[in-house]
Amino acid sequence: MHLAELNLAHLRAPIDSAELAEFVALLEPINAIADEAPGFVWRLKESESDPTATVVHDYGDHLLINFSVWESQEALWNYVYRSAHLGVLRRRREWFLRMAEPYMVMWWIPEGHIPSLAEGMARLERLKAEGPSPEAFTFKDFYDSSEAVSLPAAAEARK
Amino acid sequence: MSTDDLEALGLLHDPVRRSLYDVVTASGGDVGRGEAAEAAGVSRTLAGHHLDKLVEAGLLESGFRQQEKKGPGSGRPAKVYRRARGERSVSLPPRDYATLASVLAGVVDLLGAEEQAEQAAHRAGEGIGRRHAGEPVERVLGERGYEPYEEGGLLRLRNCPFHVLAEEQPLLVCSVNLALCRGLLEGLGDDPGRARLDPRPGECCVALSKTNGD
Repeated sequence: MHLAELNLAHLRAPIDSAELAEFVALLEPINAIADEAPGFVWRLKESESDPTATVVHDYGDHLLINFSVWESQEALWNYVYRSAHLGVLRRRREWFLRMAEPYMVMWWIPEGHIPSLAEGMARLERLKAEGPSPEAFTFKDFYDSSEAVSLPAAAEARK
Repeated sequence: MSTDDLEALGLLHDPVRRSLYDVVTASGGDVGRGEAAEAAGVSRTLAGHHLDKLVEAGLLESGFRQQEKKGPGSGRPAKVYRRARGERSVSLPPRDYATLASVLAGVVDLLGAEEQAEQAAHRAGEGIGRRHAGEPVERVLGERGYEPYEEGGLLRLRNCPFHVLAEEQPLLVCSVNLALCRGLLEGLGDDPGRARLDPRPGECCVALSKTNGD
């Protein structure tokens, strides 16, 4: 099983504004660290040629979306909190508003499956509505893949 | 305090075991029997016996390393040892600061009070530094459990003294730790800018540039 992760950030200003310029400049080096990180599988990219292009979506222009797939919890953890990514994360308040509700969700997927953004948003909604479960969880309330495999949702995704 | 913890730590009373434990933990990775025996100045057999005792007690973990030489005569994979992930602690009388710290960290997160927490940590670090004025920062950090070592012109810190909390609230705890280290340098009369965030898997998130101006 692979681990899918979706997170949203509420931009303080439009992505092409001066306030966000420093953040946009960091996209290429930080995404490069993700792409080369051990256990990295896939991430949603807007463009193969423009590393500063952020994902375009229908959920509101103020939302920045990160969506990726990893081999394990440890692989994702080490990228998020044990690489240069941590330094960028520390500065999040300069660019993003504090969010009161959950903005990050993880769930297990069969290897080779590329989840859709709609699927990710549905998982996040599920986390918001029902709290952490094997189908939608967080680092703090983590569920192992063994707890997810027997679930109908995973079986359906394998079809 | 559990009896298991006390018994496990009691094993380290033996000077040979203690020095084998130190050799393995100071390496930061896998250590073979021969290597550990040589560093501790005991025979390979004796080292193996004591290392296995430490594994039984949950202070070390063992694994196998494939021999570099392949083919007939290369023998079995070598047994190697590394520090166990689990924590052991003994406090008399019993104390539980971790639960309290976890509650307070949760409150800081809830209030979005990271900046205030960092300022408080800086001040706490300064206080520690002032009490150790004149001592080298390596020693002060070493005494506080950071396990400093030199690599590539940096003073890196092998151990995160706040590990359990750092897993729970990584962003907050790493920021607070950085502020604490900077405050500590300042209290020592050193340059706080030496401490930078430079995280890597399995270690402390902070590294120090070697000296001022480097």
